[in-house]
Amino acid sequence: MKPRHKRLALIAASLGVLGAAAALILNAFQSNLVFFFSPSQVAAHEAPQGRSFRIGGLVRPGSVLRETDGVGVRFVVTDTAHEVTVVYSGILPDLFKEGKGVVAQGQLGPDGVFRANEILAKHDANYMPPEAADAVEKAKRAAATSQKTLIDPHNKR
Amino acid sequence: MIPELGHFALIVALCVACVQALVPLLGAQRGDAALMALARPAAQGQLVFVAIAFGCLAWAFVGNDFSVLNVASNSNSHLPLRYRFAATWGSHEGSLLLWVLMLNVWMTAVSVFSRHLPEAMVARILSVMAMISVGFLLFLLFTSNPFERLLPPAVDGRDLNPLLQDPGMVIHPPMLYMGYVGFSVAFAFAIAALIGGGLDAAWARWSRPWTTMAWAFLTVGIALGSGWAYYVLGWGGWWFWDPVENASFMPWLVGTALVHSLAVTEKRGGFKLWTVLLAIIAFSLSLLGTFLVRSGVLTSVHAFATDPKRGVFILAFLALVIGAALTLFAWRAPKVGLGGAFGLVSREAALLVNNVLLVVAAAAVLLGTLYPLFLDALGLGKISVGPPYFESVFLPLMAPAVFLMGIAPFAQWKQDRPLALALRLRWAFAVAVVSALAMPFALGRWTPLLSLGILLAIWVAAAGCVNLKGRVVHVRASTGASLAGALGQLPRGYWGMLLAHFGVAVFIVGVTLVRGYEVEKDVRMNPGDTVTAGGYQFRLEGLKDLQGPNYEATRGIVSVTKNGRSVVTMYPEKRFFTVQQMPMTEAAIDSGLTRDLYVSLGEALPDGAWVVRVYHKPFVDWVWGGAFLMALGGVIAVTDRRYRLARREEPALVPSTAPAPAQGAG
Repeated sequence: MKPRHKRLALIAASLGVLGAAAALILNAFQSNLVFFFSPSQVAAHEAPQGRSFRIGGLVRPGSVLRETDGVGVRFVVTDTAHEVTVVYSGILPDLFKEGKGVVAQGQLGPDGVFRANEILAKHDANYMPPEAADAVEKAKRAAATSQKTLIDPHNKR
Repeated sequence: MIPELGHFALIVALCVACVQALVPLLGAQRGDAALMALARPAAQGQLVFVAIAFGCLAWAFVGNDFSVLNVASNSNSHLPLRYRFAATWGSHEGSLLLWVLMLNVWMTAVSVFSRHLPEAMVARILSVMAMISVGFLLFLLFTSNPFERLLPPAVDGRDLNPLLQDPGMVIHPPMLYMGYVGFSVAFAFAIAALIGGGLDAAWARWSRPWTTMAWAFLTVGIALGSGWAYYVLGWGGWWFWDPVENASFMPWLVGTALVHSLAVTEKRGGFKLWTVLLAIIAFSLSLLGTFLVRSGVLTSVHAFATDPKRGVFILAFLALVIGAALTLFAWRAPKVGLGGAFGLVSREAALLVNNVLLVVAAAAVLLGTLYPLFLDALGLGKISVGPPYFESVFLPLMAPAVFLMGIAPFAQWKQDRPLALALRLRWAFAVAVVSALAMPFALGRWTPLLSLGILLAIWVAAAGCVNLKGRVVHVRASTGASLAGALGQLPRGYWGMLLAHFGVAVFIVGVTLVRGYEVEKDVRMNPGDTVTAGGYQFRLEGLKDLQGPNYEATRGIVSVTKNGRSVVTMYPEKRFFTVQQMPMTEAAIDSGLTRDLYVSLGEALPDGAWVVRVYHKPFVDWVWGGAFLMALGGVIAVTDRRYRLARREEPALVPSTAPAPAQGAG
């Protein structure tokens, strides 16, 4: 091979490798993105079936139930407008508490129960997961606007 | 009074840094020796003042001065002394002060160990480092003053986050920062060479030990952080692909590429532009890591502050440093010139491919770390990118890189023949394939990934052994030395490389076996109950209440037996920190060369039983052991005598005298 051909081969090979790497990364990226949905979005059937996603909100006080084996746990996540029942098997993080914010990752079953494989722990007791805070905030805003639309026709009358 | 003294010392340090940033650089441009000579004393003086400031803050913490806001927010009179001291860098402000202190330590080290460097080069390097120092001192003084007073003083402090009350916390941040900040030396070397020219093999020889040292510190820092997550968070995992971990991992990946690229620049005068670019990227990623971790963009145990002013300041500083460095690069790069040519099959080619793979891996981590932040910042919804992404990207990128790691030390510089290369490596490859096929069967369970992991680990280790044998035979043939004498004649740089590569092999063994064979059980246990994991029987003997200095705890007593013989008694705890009102899981771990036993208490059930998590983790300690071997290899390489002998009268480029180690491998 002439030096020029060699250089061309080297450039072509490195471009090929880079292209393959880029394809690999973007493909893995595409198929592993985990989206976030609030309980209201789940209630509106916006969340996908059969694909992992995250939900967040508040743990409804009094909703935490232990299964008889002691390891399984069932609780309700609410954004104050809608609720989703979550089941999880394993140890809950230290900062999991009724009435506090929580984020869970898992899949939605056909029965509408969210099967979590991960409950996210946060590092600080005063801290609210931003996703959970966001979900509650949105639901409250939605409630406020729907109240307005309920009142508006009344006022016109 | 003491805190004000510290504040004042910081202001003086800023003034010194400003002088140091401008005057020596000006001197270097004009060739004025007097101005250049200012660089060294300025650097050392700056360290004195920053150290005084740091000492004052530590004094306030140790002496429980709750009139200082930082102390009141992050310490408590009941906190044990060692954690009160460590709390100095447990807050946002304190950790930035530590950052600046480390920068000054590096700067002073450069000023002391640079006698053989040209004066103009030293002046430029110290000026560039002082500019970075100015940026961080301004940041400290204007947005994150660690000495801010609290009026009226607090009666007692709000205590340190319980997760940080751990011996690992005492050394993890300084180590990590030594690594992060150490890349500023490589960066300053690169910028100085771009400004002044003279980017040649001698330059690479000067900057190489600094880069390797920083890389070794970063390796240890990351390993300590990983170990901390393993035993403090109580989850039993050692790497979560958390953005904060990624922030330290990206500079490590690029730093690893830089260490290898510098080898080519030193030995062959090649890859010059690439080396400079890598140095700029590595330090930029260190700054980006600081930004991500410190600005409150990410919420984690590291993110203390959510003051937007701070984030904007670091972001602006980041943009300035990267922008200026890349502009300088674009402007001066055409003058640098290219290195020697090399063939498709050569050591340069192997190192180049490895470099590209490492940089692509860093880019993949960057994408996964920043993309969710961008979407969130633009209000396009919240997403997360979890471990599956990083794992599915990392394996295909790193497997070929590790495979090349076995080959590169055998390949000749410039040009090698593929057939001869394959012949040199045939035994190493045979050993690796045989063990990859045999080992998973011996261990009981087989998956393709298990075999691949074992293959790569044995391949790297075996190739290292064959390479060492070749070198020894070569030395003995040419000098007639004894075996011990021949081993002693091999340069430290070579031993360092060998050890670091062995570290990679050890690391891969750990990752492969713990991923393939670990057993995890979450069970409900009453006192007297037994659970089996990995052949060990864990029996909960009972529970006891304890009173700690600043917490209350429930301690479980778990006796472990194997085949009826007692192994160990473990004491996992559930602690409740009274000041911060925060529960914490303190796992009990019994470490061993071939396995860790790991027990943590989950939560108490209403009927008096506990949910208990039990792990059997084979070879998990090899993960950190491998990392420490890598770092140790780096340290040994730095002590190579050619770095001490390097003098400035050395010719600029000496490809003909570059050693050709591959000769000895035949």
